[in-house]
Amino acid sequence: MAKKTVVSFRLNGVETDVMVEPRELLIHALREQCVHTGPHIGCDTSHCGACTVDFNGKSVKSCTVLTVQAEGAEIITIEGMAQGGELHALQEGFMQEHALQCGFCTPGMITRAYRLLKENPSPTDEEVRYWMAGNLCRCTGYQNIVKAVQYAARKLRGEAVETSHPLLEEAGKPSEPVTA
Amino acid sequence: MGLEPNLERLTQLEGIGCARKRREDPRFIQGRGTYVDDVKMPGMCFGAMVRSPYASARIRKIDASRALALPGVIAVITAEELKPFKLHWMPTLAGDVQAVLADGRVSFQNQEVAFVIAENRYIAADGADLVEVEYEELPAVVDPRKALEPDAPVVREDLAGKTDGAHGARRHHNHIFTWEVGDKDKTARAFEQAEVTVTQDMLYPRVHPCPLETCGCVASFDKVKGDLTVYITSQAPHVVRTVVGLLSSVPESKIRIISPDIGGGFGNKVGVYPGYVCAIASSIVLGRPVKWIESRSENLTTTAFARDYWMTGELAATRDGVIKALRVKVVADHGAFDACADPSKWPAGMFHVCTGSYAIPNAFVSVDGVYTNKFPGGVAYRCSFRVTEAVYLIERMIDVLAQKLGMDKAEIRLRNFIRKEQFPYQTPLGLEYDSGNYETALRKVMDAVDYAGLRAEQAARRADPGAEWLMGIGVTTFTEIVGAGPSKMCDILGVGMFDSCEIRVHPDGSAIARMGTITQGQGHQTTYAQIIASEAGIPASVIQVEEGDTATAPYGLGTYGSRSTPVGGAATARCARKIREKARLIAAHLLEVSPDDLEFDLDRFVVKGAPGQAKTMKEIAWAAYNNVPSGLEMGLEAVDYYDPPNFTFPFGAYLCVLDINRYTGETKVRRFYALDDCGTRINPMIIEGQIHGGLTEGFAVAMGQQLPYDEQGNVLGGTLLDYFVPTAVETPVWETDYTVTPSPHHPIGAKGVAESPHVGSIPCFSSAVTDAFAHLGVTHMDMPHNAYRIWRQSHALGLDRR
Repeated sequence: MAKKTVVSFRLNGVETDVMVEPRELLIHALREQCVHTGPHIGCDTSHCGACTVDFNGKSVKSCTVLTVQAEGAEIITIEGMAQGGELHALQEGFMQEHALQCGFCTPGMITRAYRLLKENPSPTDEEVRYWMAGNLCRCTGYQNIVKAVQYAARKLRGEAVETSHPLLEEAGKPSEPVTA
Repeated sequence: MGLEPNLERLTQLEGIGCARKRREDPRFIQGRGTYVDDVKMPGMCFGAMVRSPYASARIRKIDASRALALPGVIAVITAEELKPFKLHWMPTLAGDVQAVLADGRVSFQNQEVAFVIAENRYIAADGADLVEVEYEELPAVVDPRKALEPDAPVVREDLAGKTDGAHGARRHHNHIFTWEVGDKDKTARAFEQAEVTVTQDMLYPRVHPCPLETCGCVASFDKVKGDLTVYITSQAPHVVRTVVGLLSSVPESKIRIISPDIGGGFGNKVGVYPGYVCAIASSIVLGRPVKWIESRSENLTTTAFARDYWMTGELAATRDGVIKALRVKVVADHGAFDACADPSKWPAGMFHVCTGSYAIPNAFVSVDGVYTNKFPGGVAYRCSFRVTEAVYLIERMIDVLAQKLGMDKAEIRLRNFIRKEQFPYQTPLGLEYDSGNYETALRKVMDAVDYAGLRAEQAARRADPGAEWLMGIGVTTFTEIVGAGPSKMCDILGVGMFDSCEIRVHPDGSAIARMGTITQGQGHQTTYAQIIASEAGIPASVIQVEEGDTATAPYGLGTYGSRSTPVGGAATARCARKIREKARLIAAHLLEVSPDDLEFDLDRFVVKGAPGQAKTMKEIAWAAYNNVPSGLEMGLEAVDYYDPPNFTFPFGAYLCVLDINRYTGETKVRRFYALDDCGTRINPMIIEGQIHGGLTEGFAVAMGQQLPYDEQGNVLGGTLLDYFVPTAVETPVWETDYTVTPSPHHPIGAKGVAESPHVGSIPCFSSAVTDAFAHLGVTHMDMPHNAYRIWRQSHALGLDRR
């Protein structure tokens, strides 16, 4: 076993030290040592994005980063999204627009969308789809994820927001308007 | 009572029909879900699997000494270590046996050979690399048709001399079963007398559901108490408990199986896998918790694939397109072990729904199950019971017939539909469809998309020799069969396929409800509460729904095959009605009237003709614990085990418009319109989500997914580098619509929905892609419809030359 190293970073605003072997992946240090189990592991090949964290202002797949590379880094995970007891607009949007089912991809999705809206506060639907293409979802078909990101974008821009799924439907009206 | 107050109380109740926001979401959006890999126990160690690089080989020697010498490796187990416990083989859900760890030989690539237990997952992986296995490679067979040739390599030496399988006689060393349904002779006569016949071969390739969370478990055996607790990615925790009990001879009362949050199942998490058994066995021996988590490649190449059906369909019809008979021959590739989770009596599941939405008087189906040197499964992918294959076959055959007759593909469907007034409808293959209204559904879709306009546009495109993009229109009108199932027809390991619900109403009027099913994203914690709210008048917001823990939940068969709403939902409705009827007795006692004089009104009982005299469910709940009529037990609890009288038959009409580049094979889905009828709609928001998801998985299967093999039995495509999972970019925008035709036999008329969009969309994509080339005589194109394969079709027709 290789010698262990102490690595220090800020995790959701909190100074954090972990002791790791040089080969230990960041996702394992976050999940097993820091007990931040929000980011998940879904593949071996950096395709699925379930492990996405915000790393020095960039979206990073933490299964493809060694923990030792995180020395001095500023890391935000899903656990750091809600502030002051208030959900982040994206968290609210995902719930209001039914943008999740099994929930496994959700932490990575929200963390990725967080960076997207920082860099592009008014994306088109097509831009949202392009920016989120590194995050796979097997349940939702992405349509409501796009809506959720747009919901959050509107809220963050200070505009009024409304769910597309009112509690009671008008009788006979399709559940979703036709938008090709 | 006016409408206004009712609406307000209805809103508070959040019952059936409301787009209630999900109770599951707060934990998931904050990263507070608990999936199996999030479970951490004191003293927990990790297991890693050593797997075979060969598809077929004899194992000469396993040397674990270098692995055992590695600091941190605790143990290495092989079949030899499991033999004293009789755990080296296990029963499958299909009546076959499967090697837990290879017993002298391997029969598929990546088969489980040894299990390394170590202090952490890194050391376990190192240890697995250090286990040295000597193999003697043997010839492999990967094509199920070649597997039935007389001199084909033997896949299963352990079955030598066994002429009987779980489903009757075996006629060849790689033959598992032959399953025949329908009237062979009558069908043959209908073909002899037919004016027109068509035949078509089609392959439904091997695919994998690839849920985002792989399979895994944490097994913990308490040596002092003799209790076994297993956190596991299972869609059927009670079935796992029964299997573990059978295998380990620990009584079921000492086994607790917990399915915590599940990161998607889609049928991949129905089976019992060798990794689970190894983790459990290791924990029993070591007395320490053992965690085993699959990698993505292990998931894609060893656990529960789907399909691999090699089908030939034939239709007999009149010249004007009235179908007289259907005949189907299938060679079903089950891989090296028969591990399907079909009902015991039906080794091809509900494939006999293959007469579809059409009034076909004669039909005969024959399915041969075959062993090959590929991984076992066949239970999976948003339809565990071969309905996807059946619907694909009939929908493709209808198109083939339409083309032969020169008929429009919508028109031929309208001509052959089972009519609304024919329900309940007996099919020639022995099923009784509960309800349907197919013509209304198809006509609604045709109007919504301006079908005639689309066909006119297509005709103009075909007439233009310079057109770079070919236009295809796909139509499907499918009938699903879900809600397995009636115990007289369906059982797994001898356990009838009922499901269950238990409700306890607390003194303050809030309630806890537990079911034998388990949500994996379907939103049961939300929707079951809605059923109880409507049926028992308790606001959904104060109903706690729990599933997945066998220590607390009543026995049930789990969630797969869209059975939660048809079976679990029915149990829930009936259980809530038991609560309501007991509440009626208490209310009558409190109001000093006869129970018959009371009327149930949303959340209270009212004296008929005296609307001022009423007791709310909240008041009744309190009284249940201190003031009940004499002779009535205290408390307000109920349990219901529901054995459905029949399956439910959701249906839908789908239409796809796509454009294909004749030079590159690139496909652009222009429009996909999906109308689903799932009977009574419990939560329209969740239904829409299920449909979006099913359509997207259907898109994946039709347009890109497959797990091909080379001749040596190497699986090609076992990582997300090769295996197609659509991203937000290529996924089409979906349009959804609905009609409502309730099930007459379900307590609330609901039919189930999650599989329909998958089952219905796949043939719709194939229909559209083929339709783009139909004017050039193409009747069928096998999936996946990726750009290369479509380009090859274009190239074969000379369309790619300028």
